[in-house]
Order: sequence, then structure tokens, then C-alpha cells
Amino acid sequence: MSGVNRISGAGRLTPARTARFTFDGRTLTALEGDTVASALLSHDIHLVGRSFKYHRPRGILSAGAEEPNALLDVSRDAARRQPNVRATVQEVFDGMKVASQNRWPSLSFDVGSFNDFLSPFFAAGFYYKTFMWPKAAWHKLYEPFIRRAAGLGVTPTEPDPDHYASRYVHCDVLVVGAGVAGLAAALAAAKAGAKVIVCDEQGEVGGALHHDIGTVIDGKPGYGWAQQTGKALAAMDNVTLLTRTTAFGYYNHNFVALVERVTDHLAAVDETLPRERLWQVRAKKVILANGSIERHMVFANNDRPGIMLASAGRTYLNHFGVAVGKRVGIYTAHDSAYEAAFDLKRAGVAVPVIVDCRQKPGEAVLEEARNLGIEVLTGHSVVDTSGKLRVASISVARNGGGGQRKIAVDALLVSAGWTPSVHLFSQSRGKVKFDAATERFLPGIYAQECLSVGACNGTDDLQATIDEALAAGELAARAAGAKGGAQVALNGRNAFEWTGGMIGAAEGAGADKTVKAFIDFQHDVCAKDIRLAVREGMHSIEHIKRFTTNGMASDQGKLSNMHGLAIAAEALGKEIPAVGLTTFRQPYTPVTFGTIVSHSRGSLFDPARKTPMHAWEEAQGAEFEDVGNWKRAWFYPKAGETMHEAVARECKTVREVAGVFDASTLGKIEVVGPDAAKFLNLMYTNAWDNLKPGRCRYGIMLREDGFIYDDGVVGRLAEDRFHVTTTTGGAPRVLQHMEDYLQTEFPHLKVWLTSTTEQWAVIAVQGPKAREIIAPLVEGIDLSNEALPHMSVAEGRICGVPARLFRMSFTGELGFEVNVPADYGQAVWEAIWARAEPMGACAYGTETMHVLRAEKGYIIVGQDTDGTVTPDDAGLSWAVSRKKPDFVGIRGLKRPDLVRDGRKQLVGLLTKDPKVVLEEGAQIVADPNEPKPMTMLGHVTSAYWSPNCGRSIAMALVAGGRARLGQTLYVPMADRTIAVEVSDMVFFDKEGGRLNG
Amino acid sequence: MLLIYCPYCEEERSELEFRNGGDAHIARPTNMAEISDEEFEAYFFLRDNPKGVIFERWRHIHGCGRFFNAARDTVSDRFIATYRAGEPKPVLDAEPKTPATVETYEALEGAAQ
Amino acid sequence: MADQAMATRKAPLEGLRGGSPAATVTPAVPASRIALRAPAESVSALSAALGVTLPVRPKTSASTAKRHALWLGPDEWLVIDEDGADLMAAAASSNALHSATDVSHRNTAVIVSGSGAEVAINSGCPQDLSLAIFPVGACSRTIFGKAEIILFRTAEDSFRVECWRSFSSFVFGLLSEGAIDAGH
Repeated sequence: MSGVNRISGAGRLTPARTARFTFDGRTLTALEGDTVASALLSHDIHLVGRSFKYHRPRGILSAGAEEPNALLDVSRDAARRQPNVRATVQEVFDGMKVASQNRWPSLSFDVGSFNDFLSPFFAAGFYYKTFMWPKAAWHKLYEPFIRRAAGLGVTPTEPDPDHYASRYVHCDVLVVGAGVAGLAAALAAAKAGAKVIVCDEQGEVGGALHHDIGTVIDGKPGYGWAQQTGKALAAMDNVTLLTRTTAFGYYNHNFVALVERVTDHLAAVDETLPRERLWQVRAKKVILANGSIERHMVFANNDRPGIMLASAGRTYLNHFGVAVGKRVGIYTAHDSAYEAAFDLKRAGVAVPVIVDCRQKPGEAVLEEARNLGIEVLTGHSVVDTSGKLRVASISVARNGGGGQRKIAVDALLVSAGWTPSVHLFSQSRGKVKFDAATERFLPGIYAQECLSVGACNGTDDLQATIDEALAAGELAARAAGAKGGAQVALNGRNAFEWTGGMIGAAEGAGADKTVKAFIDFQHDVCAKDIRLAVREGMHSIEHIKRFTTNGMASDQGKLSNMHGLAIAAEALGKEIPAVGLTTFRQPYTPVTFGTIVSHSRGSLFDPARKTPMHAWEEAQGAEFEDVGNWKRAWFYPKAGETMHEAVARECKTVREVAGVFDASTLGKIEVVGPDAAKFLNLMYTNAWDNLKPGRCRYGIMLREDGFIYDDGVVGRLAEDRFHVTTTTGGAPRVLQHMEDYLQTEFPHLKVWLTSTTEQWAVIAVQGPKAREIIAPLVEGIDLSNEALPHMSVAEGRICGVPARLFRMSFTGELGFEVNVPADYGQAVWEAIWARAEPMGACAYGTETMHVLRAEKGYIIVGQDTDGTVTPDDAGLSWAVSRKKPDFVGIRGLKRPDLVRDGRKQLVGLLTKDPKVVLEEGAQIVADPNEPKPMTMLGHVTSAYWSPNCGRSIAMALVAGGRARLGQTLYVPMADRTIAVEVSDMVFFDKEGGRLNG
Repeated sequence: MLLIYCPYCEEERSELEFRNGGDAHIARPTNMAEISDEEFEAYFFLRDNPKGVIFERWRHIHGCGRFFNAARDTVSDRFIATYRAGEPKPVLDAEPKTPATVETYEALEGAAQ
Repeated sequence: MADQAMATRKAPLEGLRGGSPAATVTPAVPASRIALRAPAESVSALSAALGVTLPVRPKTSASTAKRHALWLGPDEWLVIDEDGADLMAAAASSNALHSATDVSHRNTAVIVSGSGAEVAINSGCPQDLSLAIFPVGACSRTIFGKAEIILFRTAEDSFRVECWRSFSSFVFGLLSEGAIDAGH
């Protein structure tokens, strides 16, 4: 049997199709199609959790996405466990495990509920005040306490084994919500020929028709009509119907994000299915048909398990076949709750009373109540409730005072009326307007191409909703360009017209400071807290919200916002519109990180860029370092070698024999056209007119403010063709920078830029034996010093494939950089290696490259410069042309601050103790005994152990550095002070003779 | 996510294909080497950051690669016009009026200022 | 030189297969390619020299046998020759003002084919790929996840996806995941 509260013949589930699940270890039977909430209620379980702050017993309040209370821990297996799942949304599947949260040791006996008695200490804003002093208590007492108490649920510790998918999709009309309004709008848009997407957060279409059984559309019961219409829509080629799909974010220019829950309701899951799918929809028109949410009544102790929204009580009965109690009272300010009483009564459930705080409910519902023999107390309020873990009775009194009458109930259905769901409208930046007559915010000024229809637009009448939705659907379709089709007409009628509604505290909420009349269940915010916030000086709703945390829980105030606003307005003595509504933000309901991350995890988190020689390097046991997205060979340790030993060996080998280095990641830009040299004149500080084809030059690129932006060697291949290199990390921004100037400042120049970074595999062969290594492999290029001197380039062939051969060096040794088309990179590398290895050469990585260049004082832009360094600061003023009339940065270089004395300049540093290697980033001072704060002269930019110098070396930016050559400065560290001598930056082969082998 | 009309591709494309390039219609002085410190300051550093219509540069970097200009309302993010680089500023209609009844806190806050 | 061994070409995605019955994901055969830039007045001479009419409308392409010219920007084309012909020489023979740069090895390509091809690509590409908006022959540089691609629709159910070689394993991997989801 699937539960004592299941009523035979009621609801739409099939009794024969059961599913078993556990709740706090107890095995229960549910029916297929049950939510966790309906299944628990079928077993008469109302108590499902403890509140956040006071640990009060809490039950299921709603039957939908707005649920603030029933947050449970749901797991499929050890790795698939999710906290804070709304029991009213999660469908039961066979084998699921459900556990309550925020209680210890058990749900029915919870030590934390002591907080409820301490509640005077937890008044609104308590965390801004209570934990202020003594200061010393913060770390030891307050913070650990708050951290333990904070948050609901327990975060999973296992990696998420599921996968998630993502799709971009375009449509003419997106319809959010598949209730009466959404289905009608979708039908009209689809029949008009538009490409339509319609989504609904529930498992089936129908929206409010799930509970509202009095509705007849097109002569059929509403729910049946909805299912039939949903099927018809799904069968149309131009319609995508998505159930279990929440539109959670409405962003700019009709970009709407949907999350489809694909497998969470399934017992057996096809592993290829994503758990959830993110739909990123760009719609020409959006129709918002997301309905309205029923509000609860605000009165003393209105949070006991068993007290729930009237529409939820109807949903459990009419859809799930579950009576929420055996003696169900009603407390309402709106006619709709009467229908809950009628449905329950007809199903054989005792309904002892309808308490209506209004003097004059709707005539029709009153009459029906009389016909069914239900007692109605108009002008009365529920002023208190009793019951420890479940409501046991309500106390009712006539408004304005008088004696209380206690009525026994085991459930109480409440309704204060309906709040139109303007969340997505507000997210779209639409401005809501307050309708004073009905006390609700409605869509006012639209900011995007969307239309609201039905309940979310404040349209109450069914036929009016249908007509409005049909018109909007057709209008949106035609506006989006749809031409075809038939017009749609539908008629509908309700059992009763509804009137009424209230916002704010009801009579039983009490004016005194101790009554707990809850507004926000999840954050335990009561009516008194809002009043307290106003007394403490909060006048803006945004401040009141943050002071009380009203509406800041994971349900985002779907039930509480309007009540909080009304109570604040009353306390402030202002009209509601003058207090203002908080702006709704994305997401509408919580979204998993998995969905947001989607495919971007593991190897697809970020592209791992690998060079053509990567596989060889990996096979050689290279360690890799990340440079931007590139994986670069860092060093090649031999068996048993530490990094330090490997780098030392590589450094020595390159200078003594030769080394082979993968320089493929270096940025490369082909600059082609008759005005190529003119363009480079403007982009670099150097002059390029006089560079002959076949020669190279080191170039510096500045920003307009005069600071170094990038550097690199530029080779001229022909009069109209340059091969420009950039730093590895700088390649994309240098190309962007060049394109910017070319397109917008110098568009008259006939020159074009193409990124060739990845066209070429670059193999640097450096060291005394470099020429000997490559010579036999090269065809058509004379490698002699005379024919191919330092800083030159030639085109020919190597290993039979076309090559650009640069004679250049970033090590100070005789060196070549072999550029071959990338797909040949590994083969050419292997051919070079086959010659290099027997000669005693090594493969070396980026760490050795860094040491070798530092031994020669070559800078690395971004390491030795930081965006505030001029060419002169870096000792590179020789590379700045004095003759050119213009180049980017020419004016910036003359700014007063850039030409003043005492700027930081790049110099070398030699530690007094040659064995001490400085830390990069360490600060430099002149007087180590100066009281703090000390005068800092600069910082270390590069520091290494130099195997070839047999000592440590460093580069540093030091104020007035070049005038300090020979001076002793100090580098204060945490544990000692290191004395250093300022030197020039060339530590090895000062004459530079080794460049020619 | 914005939808931006590229005047070269003649189509609206997702913001993901574009990169913003800051204020438009700031011409680099042709006599750059000679301008005064004040002129350089105005050219390089000073920008208006208006609330309302801004003329700005975009590059369709993952599309046609072209730079172009746009007039955008910084409050609503509505594009009023996009046009090719080098074309003059379009003449826009009078600035849109601020809506009269606005109920969100943000708008009230704006009005209070 | 005859006695020298010719280095062999190794394409970045060599041997990979991916996708699902809804959309197969396979590396394209190596091709030659140039990035071609030219002013409007050079277009006819270049078209004649290349043997394929350079398209001048956005998002369009032109093909002659296995040679394709893809419009990328108002003065920019990607020319692909699936037989590996020397496109640099062909462009040079036009004697018209232009910039041609060999990018045969910079790019690599993946072929996505099947009824789910659109959906597979839309797993990371924000463009509308419906036939009405992105018909056969349409091409565009765009974004795919965190990589830039050039998308070229070669048939109703088939796309050529060009990307830079170091992004190809990312592109291939994401296309394969997209193709699996496209089957559902």
C-alpha cells in the first residue's frame, strides 16, 4: 500500500505502479509520478526538516518550486548525493534515498531547537551586533560557531560522476510556462507557423490545472485538455516542448537560459544521457506565462508541520490522490482556498472550519460551502496554533478581539491570495507597476521583446487569459516573421470566480515583539523582525531585506517578499510603491554547478595547447609548465635527477655542446603588403626601412603611454613580407593591438596581418655544435657566418620540407631557429635529435632557456617588465629610433614622469654570498636598519642559480639603478637580510663572442 | 548576453564573437609627437563614462575580424546603431525619456540621486 | 635532394574517431590552405588565378571541385584545397595586390556529419545553424566553447569545422560530447 493518506480513486497516478524509497532510513512505497513530498504525505509524514535559525520543526508548505521548507538530501548512490533538494519538485524513483537536514541527533529530537528558546538573541540583524565583542572571542568562539551553524545541508565530497550537456538554440517564440496561458500562446504561435519552444518546470504540462479541477476548456476537463494540447504541440515539427525544464535566467536581448532535468526522475539511467541539459535560447519573442504563486497567511506559529498552502493541498489531493490530513482546517483571505475545502470534503475528508479574515467572501463560494455543510467563520482570524511536531489545533478569534475558540485539526490549508510571478519579467529589466486595487505588482514597462500573459500578467478570468494568450502567441509569431496558419479559438470556464487577497500580517500576527508569525520560513524571518528593522532605522526595502535576510534564502522570497514589503510599508507609514520592490535576479530557482559548467570540465575545461613535438617530449620524460594555455617542456630530468640537477646539466650542455629547444609557442605574425615596413615603423620603436631582406632585428613594441608592451625578433623575408615574432603569452594581444591600429588609425596602409603561430614548428638549436648538427639536413642555405650571420633568415629546405631558417640566439650561443610547417615538426625534430644526441647535446626546456637568457641579460617582457617599464628603464634605449616622426608610444615616452631622474631601471644583482639565490619579487632597500615602513627601491624580477657562472645571478628593477653600479643594497627577507651588489646585466660572455661559435 | 549587429557580416551575432574596444571617435592626433601634455592626457586618459548613449568600438574578433562602432544605451544595453569604422557618428533621435513610473529600488535610488 | 629522407607529415588528430550515430566526428584529410587578403579591385584577378570565384557576400563560399573559397571578412578569405595544391603559387600568379599566407599546417579540420550535426555543433557554438539561416555553402568564423573555429556547411547534414591545430583536441572532444547529446 502506498500510504495511509492515499485516497482510492482520487488523483491521476496509477496505483499498480509503485516505487520504493527510504526516508531517514525508513523504507516507504510511493507511486510512479509522486514527488518526494506527495509520497511522504501519503504516509502522513509532514515533519521533514528543521528551520535554519531556530531549528523549529517544519513541514511541506507547497507543491511546487517555491518551497522554502522541505529541503532534503537526496541520493542515488554514494557519489550521487545532493543536499537541499526541494521535496516538492524531486520526483520519486525506485531506490532513492532521502534524508532530512539541519537536525541532530534526529528529526523529531533536535538539540539545535534550543535555539528557539534563545531566539531573543537571534533577533534580526543579530550577526551585525551580537558577535562584536570581545574581539578576542571572534576566532575561538564566534566564527567556529557561526560556521558550524551556517548553511543548510552537507556538501557532497565525491566528484560528481554525472555529465551535463549544453545547447545553444534559436527560436521565433519562446513560451515560458505550459499552463493554460502558455499552452494557448504556444498553440497560437505554432499554428501561425513560428518556430516555438515551450518549457515548463513540472513533469507534465498543465500548471495550475494540476490542482484546479473545476476548469473546463474546449468542453474538456482542464488537465486532460492540457495533456492533449501538449501532445499535439510536441508532435509539431516547429515546436520543441520541454518539460522538467525551468527558465531560470532572462538576460540581455532575449537570451534566456533553461535547465532541463533529464535523468533525476529516472530509476535506471542511460549513461550517455546528461543529468541536466542547459538550453541557451535566443528568442525573437518571449511569452512569459509563468503563472502566480499562492501566499501563506502571516499569523502566530504559522510554521507548524501540517500547515500548507491551499493550492498545495488541492494538488496533493487532485493530482496525487493524497489527503494531507484527516481533519483539515482552512484559513484564508481569498476565495480560491474554499475550493480546497470543497475538494477535500467531497473526497471524504473532514473539514471542520473555513476561517476567513474577510467580512465578505465571494457569494458563490459561500453558498457552496453552505451546501456542503462546511462551517465558515467570516471576519475571523487564526490567532495561534498548537502541536509540537505537527499542528494539532488552531485558535480562532473574531477580528478586533473577543474570545478564542480552539479547533482541533491535523492540517491547515492557508491562502492569502496569489502573487503574479514577475521574476523573469523583472530579470529582463522590465519595470513593474503596483496595482493598488489588487495589491500586486504587475508588468509595467517592458524592456525587451516579451509579453506577459495570464496570471503573471494579473489576468484572473480564464477566458480572458485564453484570449490574451492566443492573441499574444499569434502576435509574437507574426512579429517574428511567421506568415502561415490558422487562427486558434478556445473557450474555457471556471467553477467559481475568485475574489480577495491580502498582503502583510494578519490579525493573529501580533503587534508584540515575541510572537513568531513567519514571513520567510527558510530564513526564519517573522513579522516582528521587519518592524524591528524599521525601528532600527532601515527605511529602504533593500536595507530591510539585508538586515532581516528576508527573501535571501534559496527560495529568494517567492512567498515572503510581498508580505515583508507590506509590513515594512505599514511600519514606515508609506504607500507600498514608495517603499519599492527589490529587483529579482537570476536564477529563478537554484541551478546546479554541473549545469552551469556543463561540458567545461576535465580535458574540456580549457584547451590544453600542445606543440607538434609534445608527444616526443612526453616520451622523453619532460616535465611541463603551463604558459597561458600552452603546455611547454619545462625540463627533461634523467633518471634520479632533481629539477635543479637537470637544469644545471642542461645549462652546461648547451654552452659546452649544444641543446635543442621547442620554441613553437612563440607568437608569429606574417606582415605582408607593399606598406609592411611603413606599418612596422609605426608599431615598433625601431626603424625598419633599412632592414634588408634576409636580415632580422630585435624590435620593441610600446603602448601609446610609452611603456613596453611586447618584444620579439622580426625577420624580413622580402620587401613586402615580414616574419614577426612575439612573446608566447603576448601573441593574441599583439595581433589585436596591431589590427586595431591598422584598421582604425592607419587604414590607408596596404598591409595585412596573419597569425602564423601555429603554422610553424620552431626548433631552436643552440650551442657551439649547432651548425654541425643541422648542416647535413639543410638544403639550399649556406650556413656560414658570412652568408648567414647572426640575426639573419633564409628560406630553404630541411629534411626535404620547406623551412625558414633563422640565425638567432636567445642563449648567447651560436644558434639557429628552424621553422618548418607544423605537421613536419616532430619528424624534423627527431632527425635533428638523431644527430644531436650522439654529439652529446641535450634537449632543454623553458627553465634552462630562462637561465641562459638571464646569464646574457636578455629580458623577458612580463617578467622583467610589468607594464610600467620604458625602453630606457630596461636599458634598451638603443632600440628606440630618434629619427622617426611617429610610432606608437612616441609621445608617451616624453611624459614628465617617464623622463624624470630616479626611475626604476633594470640592473643586475650579485649576492655577496654567491650561493644564495634571491627570491623573485623580493623588495630591495638601501638601509637594512631603517625603521618600518622602509624605503623600497625596487624588486627582484629574475633570479637563478647560474651553473655556467658558478654562482647566483639576478635581475632587478632599482630606482636610479644604473647610477648605483657597484653599490651594496639589501634584500630583507622574513628570516634574514641578504646583501647584494648592483652590477650590469650581462653575467656571461660579456664580449658576446660566442654568438659566432 | 548581448546580440550585436555586425555591419560587415550584416547579421546579428552573439556577444561571444565580439570584443569591446572602448570609446569610439577618438582620433589619434596626426602630429602625435608634438602635442602637449594636456592634449595627450585628453587623448589617452580622459573618458566620459556616460549614463545613457555611448559611442563605442567593437571588434568582431571571432567573426569577420573588423572593428566597427556602435551607439549603445548604457542603461538598457540597447544598441541604437552599429556602423562601419570610419563612418561619421549617426544622428540619433532625441534621447529616450526616462519612464515615469518606476517601482524597482534601483530606479528609486537613481531618482534619489 | 634525392638522397635525403623526406620528413613525414603528422596531422594533429590522426587516427581519431568520435561522435555518435546521430553525428560522426572525424578528422578531415590534410589539405593546403592560404589566408588570403586583398582589396576589392584584386578579387577578379585572384579568382581567375585560383580557379574559384572569391565570394564577396558575408557568410558565403564558392567551390570548384575540391577547392573552396570561404568569405571570412570584407577583404579576407580562407582558401582550402583538399588535394593539397600549391595555393601560394596560384595566388602569386594573379599579379594583383594581395597578401597570401600559407596556413596549411596552422589549421586542421574536423568533419561533423549526420542528422545531429547541427545540435552537436550548437553544444558550443552560439550561431543559428538552421538551414534557413545557415544554408549549405554558408561559412563563418565563430566561437566553439573556448576555441575559435571556422564553420563551413558542406551539405544539409555535414559541416567542416576548421580550427587551429593546438585547439583541435579540445574542438574534437567537445564536438564528440555534443554529438553524443545530439543522439538524445
